[in-house]
Amino acid sequence: MKFGVLVFPGSNCDHDAYHALKHIHGIDTTFIWHKESDIGDVDAVIVPGGFSYGDYLRSGAIARFSPVMNAVSDFAQKGGPVLGICNGFQILLEARLLPGTMMANEHLRFACKFVNLKCESRNTPFTSMVPDDTLLQIPIAHGEGNYFAEEDLRKKLEDNDQIVFRYTDDHGETTRLANPNGSVDNIAGICNKNRNVVGMMPHPERAVEKKLGSDHGKYLFESAVASLTTIM
Amino acid sequence: MQVEIVITLRESILDPKGKASHHALENLGFKDISSVRIGKFVQLDVDTDNPEEARKIAEQACEKLLANMVMENYEIRIPDNA
Repeated sequence: MKFGVLVFPGSNCDHDAYHALKHIHGIDTTFIWHKESDIGDVDAVIVPGGFSYGDYLRSGAIARFSPVMNAVSDFAQKGGPVLGICNGFQILLEARLLPGTMMANEHLRFACKFVNLKCESRNTPFTSMVPDDTLLQIPIAHGEGNYFAEEDLRKKLEDNDQIVFRYTDDHGETTRLANPNGSVDNIAGICNKNRNVVGMMPHPERAVEKKLGSDHGKYLFESAVASLTTIM
Repeated sequence: MQVEIVITLRESILDPKGKASHHALENLGFKDISSVRIGKFVQLDVDTDNPEEARKIAEQACEKLLANMVMENYEIRIPDNA
């Protein structure tokens, strides 16, 4: 089993993702430079956070035209598991691998803190092992995490069980106060219709060791390992 | 020839940058400004003398990359002196 972590100019969570996969979970992991047109023999792809291409134009807008994204697109269309984290989520939205769009945080400030996440769907390769009764504590760090979808798309996401994570308060309630960026319906993460592509604003790769505040991010990577093991 | 593109957020989309700037303008005493929307200005040099062709190329550039059609509108302007 092998994971690939994409690297764009301006990615800055690529090494965190690599560390989480390789050193914490012991998974064979490789970096994939954005100019590669082939992602090789990886079984899952992580599109990491950061500020690809300086976030010029719009977050993720230029990265999506990197050669590697064609390969990722093919991989995703064949059912390969892809997880986009933060800027990676923005790139997947721009690449139309996930529906909707991202806007600047409602309050215009960069938000960097731990949030509570309710896992709304365990029917994805990255959430199957998230325990039922656990509210995930995972940090966010973004200026543009205000997920937006028009009403008809929101209904589709809801009907197809494509909303994967929501921001909640300490009691698991999706209140407005618990929403760190103004995202519609407190959405923190979604998946595509085929469920193999997941995008989320919070950073699970930064929450894999108790000494760093939380290890709830491990559930996502353990889920990926479990679902790949079933397939392989 | 030169082509100018103005990209703005759709009316239905909240524009926090515009809103914040509007507040600041109000604080500065600008009482006659009722709303502020902030967008982007893009200037292209296109290798053609045909305005129609230039417009078409600019349109494609907007649809493919420059504008996010989910939340933005674009307007293409070809200056009079072009």
